Amino acid sequence: MKETPLSNCERRFLLRAIEEKKRLDGRQTYDYRNIKISFGTDYGCCIVELGKTRVLGQVSCELVAPKLNRATEGILFFNLELSQMAAPSFEPGRQSDLLVKLNRLLERCLRNSKCIDTESLCVVAGEKVWQIRVDLHLLNHDGNIIDAASIAAIVALCHFRRPDVSVQGEEVTLYTPEERDPVALSIHHMPICVSFAFFQQGTYLLVDPNEREERVMDGLLVIAMNKHREICTIQSSGGIMLLKDQVLRCSKIAGVKVAEITELIQKALENDQKVRKEGGKFGFAESIANQRITTFKMEKAPIDTSDVEEKAEEIIAEAEPPSEVVSKPVLWTSGTAQIGEGVENSWGDLEDSEKDEDEGGSDEAVILDKMKMDTGVEVSDIGSQDAPIVLSDSEEEEMIILEPDKNPKKISTQTSAKQEKAPIKKPVKRRKKKRTAN
Amino acid sequence: MAERGLVASESLAGCRPRAARTVLGQVVLPGEELLLPEQEETDGPGVAGERPLRLNAGVRSRLRVVCGPGLRRCGDRLLVTKCGRLRHKEPGCGSSGGIYWVDSQQKRYVPVKGDHVIGIVTAKSGDIFKVDVGGSEPASLSYLAFEGATKRNRPNVQVGDLIYGQFVVANKDMEPEMVCIDSCGRANGMGVIGQDGLLFKVTLGLIRKLLAPDCEIIQEVGKLYPLEIVFGMNGRIWVKAKTIQQTLILANILEACEHMTADQRKQIFARLAES
Repeated sequence: MKETPLSNCERRFLLRAIEEKKRLDGRQTYDYRNIKISFGTDYGCCIVELGKTRVLGQVSCELVAPKLNRATEGILFFNLELSQMAAPSFEPGRQSDLLVKLNRLLERCLRNSKCIDTESLCVVAGEKVWQIRVDLHLLNHDGNIIDAASIAAIVALCHFRRPDVSVQGEEVTLYTPEERDPVALSIHHMPICVSFAFFQQGTYLLVDPNEREERVMDGLLVIAMNKHREICTIQSSGGIMLLKDQVLRCSKIAGVKVAEITELIQKALENDQKVRKEGGKFGFAESIANQRITTFKMEKAPIDTSDVEEKAEEIIAEAEPPSEVVSKPVLWTSGTAQIGEGVENSWGDLEDSEKDEDEGGSDEAVILDKMKMDTGVEVSDIGSQDAPIVLSDSEEEEMIILEPDKNPKKISTQTSAKQEKAPIKKPVKRRKKKRTAN
Repeated sequence: MAERGLVASESLAGCRPRAARTVLGQVVLPGEELLLPEQEETDGPGVAGERPLRLNAGVRSRLRVVCGPGLRRCGDRLLVTKCGRLRHKEPGCGSSGGIYWVDSQQKRYVPVKGDHVIGIVTAKSGDIFKVDVGGSEPASLSYLAFEGATKRNRPNVQVGDLIYGQFVVANKDMEPEMVCIDSCGRANGMGVIGQDGLLFKVTLGLIRKLLAPDCEIIQEVGKLYPLEIVFGMNGRIWVKAKTIQQTLILANILEACEHMTADQRKQIFARLAES
């Protein structure tokens, strides 16, 4: 989708407001929006919210062979993705310029500053080193992606634990998290990016621009610093001319901001550590609150669930798959015909049971489908012939089987669960249960 | 809400369509079918499958019911297409059966004929302007569709200006067209919106709430400062007050109104009135 265009009226209003030192959400010129850090259940997973801008960070690790020219160092890999849900104008192929710029800045900030000790990631020199991969996803774009992304990256790295490894001579043992507690990465310092937006050819400056302010700005200055006031990266884009004292002023402001943010990060990490140690609940389900979208409420409707089980049983009992109707009647004798084959017989084998010679007087009888038996339905014995295995708790213990050519009989469907005993004089057979394979 | 949803899905599983009358104010889900009032009476004894024989099968004395947003006619019944609460409004004249609709929450606008919207001019090409209204396509606006515009007397519209107009053509098969005059040829408040002021976006439900007659929020806001305000049904609001500070306050209040209860709102207004 194309981006919503910025109207002249909005642009004019924003610039006038900035001249009067007013921002849309009531912040001061040097104020950051609220930063909220929440951790997931896995180590190394976190979501950072800078106002409405949200970034998800995830760190993972793998044992690989090292690079040839750096045989004793681990490998770091950073990747930022702009998800399509972040803004309507983000499409799979479209946002390449912005994406490249953000990725380059992030790499310079984290890799070149050597904040992570890559020597400690070496397991066997020249053969096995850890490859640490940081994946960042932008979930919502409301301005200042780079700040949120850098905070998410460093928080995820500090939170991450890699599996423990021990090397004894030639033998390398990799322990699972259950065997030995995973080990944190060795991080020297925490570089954090701070963005400054410039308006009216550098006359006015705002910290942490939100999306609308970014659209009307002339240029952007990003300074990555750590809490020891060391500048890790500095980048100016937009082609504005900045004076020396402006840049110095920005770096002082950045120092203050970074100190605050670092403190916030430390507190968040400690809280999470404490909760995990005490065995409390942690993860996104706990830390990200349910958001309400309206203020309308409905009263709870009491539901009577007392008859749910009966209804469920009824439904299950009645829910037989209907057999296919074959409209070919088969005439057995005069007055007796059969349409279709019925459901598979689960009662017994026709050949083994004695034939009942009696005729008449029997109310109903079961037709054992001879055709089915002839087509070779598999019958497998369970147990010996002597001990009948009761597969159901039906009360029926006897079964009368009548031969089709000797006795007239009635057809009854298989779906009825109970059958009445037919009054006959002959002794009845004991039912043998055989399992028919489905 | 979850419990109501369960009840609704139970009745869906039961496959008996409910009468629209009984469901007023409750949450309905897409796919549900609702019975209209006169239909429900004839279906009453007909549950067992019998229907009273009609001599004149085609003609039914039915009330004329208007099917609003979120509902669609499906045979003789109403089919719900959005999830939300079912609402009904009695007609003023008394002849027709009133109007049913579903109150749902949405941020993305779909152009509807007759809606008044705020658009941003993105391009001028020949005789028409292309105006972005927040839908899937930009709407087209002819330069003659302004009050008092002739071929020689063109309106003064630049790219990036705000336009308040209404749709004359808006369906899913064609690009939407809008005009800035009503059927008599008068502007009636439509046209180019002034140069200052602030434009911001809210959800569609909030706009409908604010445009309802006797909306308390607007009355209270009016008592605070003198202001000019334009509501577009596509979720855009343009607001202008005397100073920038006041404009910003108004914009923030209107955006926050959605999530505040009436008491919280009154407190905020009271605080603002003092300062």
